[in-house]
Amino acid sequence: MTSTEPDPGQVAVVAFAQSRHARATEGLSEVEMLLPVLRDVLGQTGLSTGQIDFTCSGSSDYLAGRPFSFTMALDGVGAWPPIAESHVETDGAWALYEAWVKLLTGEAETALVYSYGKSSVGDLPEVLTRQLDPYCLAPLWPDSVSLAALQARALLDAEATSERELAGIAARSRAAAADNPHAQVRGTSPDAATLLADAYVTQPLRRHDLPPVSDGAAAVVLATGRTARRLTSRPAWIRGMDHRIEAHSPGARDLTRSPSTRLAAEHAGLFDPGAPPVDVAELHAPFTAQEVVLRDALRLGEGTAVNPSGGPLTANPVMAAGLIRIGEAAARIARGEARRAVAHATSGPCLQQNLVAVLESDGPAEDGSAAGGSAEDGLVKDGSVEDGQGGEGV
Amino acid sequence: MDDVLTAPMVVEFPFTRSLGPVLSAFLTGLRERTVLGVTAADGRVVVPPTEYDPVTAEEIRDLVEVGQRGTVTTWAWNGAPRRGQPLAHPFAWVLVRLDGADTALLHALDAPEGPDSVTTGMRVRVRWAQERTGAITDIACFEPAPHDTPLRGRPTSHPGTFAEPVTSLVAAARLDYTYSPGRAQTRYLNALAEHRTKGERCPECRKVYVPPRGACPTCGVATGEQVEVGPAGTVTTFCVVNIKAKGLDIEVPYVYGHIALDGAGLALHGRVAGIPYDQVRMGLRVEPVWTEGGRHPDHYRPTGEPDAAYETYKELL
Ligand SMILES: [Zn+2]
Repeated sequence: MTSTEPDPGQVAVVAFAQSRHARATEGLSEVEMLLPVLRDVLGQTGLSTGQIDFTCSGSSDYLAGRPFSFTMALDGVGAWPPIAESHVETDGAWALYEAWVKLLTGEAETALVYSYGKSSVGDLPEVLTRQLDPYCLAPLWPDSVSLAALQARALLDAEATSERELAGIAARSRAAAADNPHAQVRGTSPDAATLLADAYVTQPLRRHDLPPVSDGAAAVVLATGRTARRLTSRPAWIRGMDHRIEAHSPGARDLTRSPSTRLAAEHAGLFDPGAPPVDVAELHAPFTAQEVVLRDALRLGEGTAVNPSGGPLTANPVMAAGLIRIGEAAARIARGEARRAVAHATSGPCLQQNLVAVLESDGPAEDGSAAGGSAEDGLVKDGSVEDGQGGEGV
Repeated sequence: MDDVLTAPMVVEFPFTRSLGPVLSAFLTGLRERTVLGVTAADGRVVVPPTEYDPVTAEEIRDLVEVGQRGTVTTWAWNGAPRRGQPLAHPFAWVLVRLDGADTALLHALDAPEGPDSVTTGMRVRVRWAQERTGAITDIACFEPAPHDTPLRGRPTSHPGTFAEPVTSLVAAARLDYTYSPGRAQTRYLNALAEHRTKGERCPECRKVYVPPRGACPTCGVATGEQVEVGPAGTVTTFCVVNIKAKGLDIEVPYVYGHIALDGAGLALHGRVAGIPYDQVRMGLRVEPVWTEGGRHPDHYRPTGEPDAAYETYKELL
């Protein structure tokens, strides 16, 4: 434990791992799906489970269909003898936020953050209706695809986008995923014109506007100051992070804008005067039209590569997809492909709640001599979970 | 690899929810074919009403009655309605800004002429359900109101009082899952079906987990090496059950115990029978009793061996 409080710039992502996301991890329990990812992320740092100061996870009982399902996953982190541990019932990006705050207090130097979801166990669009207002929304069982379609229609009506632009977002995402072994929808990607020839799934959405239904897991190790430098030669420093929420009811909001994302980005320092340009943005936009809203809210220009991993349109393990955005952004920095990156995560219907994290490298790439630890250089490793392909729409 | 077990699992959870003054008035109003909104701090009329201002979070209580016709602000065509949704045939989801309201309400629009007949900006009206109970579903859906023009002017104040107000609602929900216990527990359950108990050994600390869950919670590593344990074991601790469980056909009192099967690194639990309940004791040696076709031991009974010494099981308590 450290006794001095690091400044807010002094927490870094030092390792990231994720599963090979698939439509269904046949026959794996949640802990069986998660375990290879945890071994991978810890292996990158050389830390054992007992050397982690704080563990925080994100998952949902509604996906699993059983209460306190996260307690089973704790078997995978060596939770006995008792560890300092916490859990959030939402995407792992919020677990990472909690761990970041914990590290900023000086109560811990290292944190393990993980999240996972097996959407294949239930009917995801139906399960997601249960997160809605129980008085005026949930009794109507409005599925997640239909709610996203209302948002897309609002954007089309406002001429903030076009069906052709949305198809272009899908085509770009699929092409980007071609060299991402963790993505579920990969391979040769049809161009926008071909995609537009498809029939509507829920008008105005076509299949390519929807994310695949995915099973998957992700994990990140955070560390403070000198510990981060010991664990990796290229820490991805978290320069700021914030999350904000809007009214729950979709009818009470302007669905074409995301003021909560804008506000979170301001507080995370994305727009700080004099800050270097954003090289990469990993956006948690499971539906094509949501990327349009987020690019505007984050003021992203042509110089920023959006979702070079393929993003959630090519793998969308619910509860992990937001954490993966932070991990992917950090991995770009660790590989020296980006100096400054923004990661975004969302929760709730139609981008109700949004988290923004700004990550930066140390500066020019350091040579290995600066790192005294056992870290390996590249962050992205395979979790040896079953391979699986084919984007079946939600 | 063996086929992994799966089974259908239905989760049903009828939550009873209190309504509070604003939602009670709104939902009772729907029962009485009246649509109420609430005036927010900035003067906007919020429908469905909330108890707290969407911007300032202050408590708001000024109810107004809004129109039963409105304008579609956005829509989506639902060609394959799901269980529980307002209409069984294809319909449009719509956000409708009712006349006099400044926010929009989500509901279904019955549009028999299909998606080509639906547009943002079209006029629609409430179709009331025949039977109304004080729920959002008292609005059966909306229907097109062609040639209709929006009502102008501010909505009128409403006291929100009705005879026999609804004060709570039961939110019934059902979700269907296909549950799988995973590979480790499948191996365990398949062995049990053959009346054998197989744990799994941790490759690091060598502890044998029964039942196995796929990972050692101490080391955080996968278990895989199967180890047959038992069949006999030792009662490490127990309790006497005096209250009959619902749906369980066992006479009380009976004994439920922790049983450390020989070779296992931790105790599992099971019923102890074949001995008067007040003679069960720590250290009692027991063995499983299987019933025809059962996938689990029905209970454990004494083997007749001498009791195990405390030292042999004290680590397994
Ligand atoms: Zn072990």
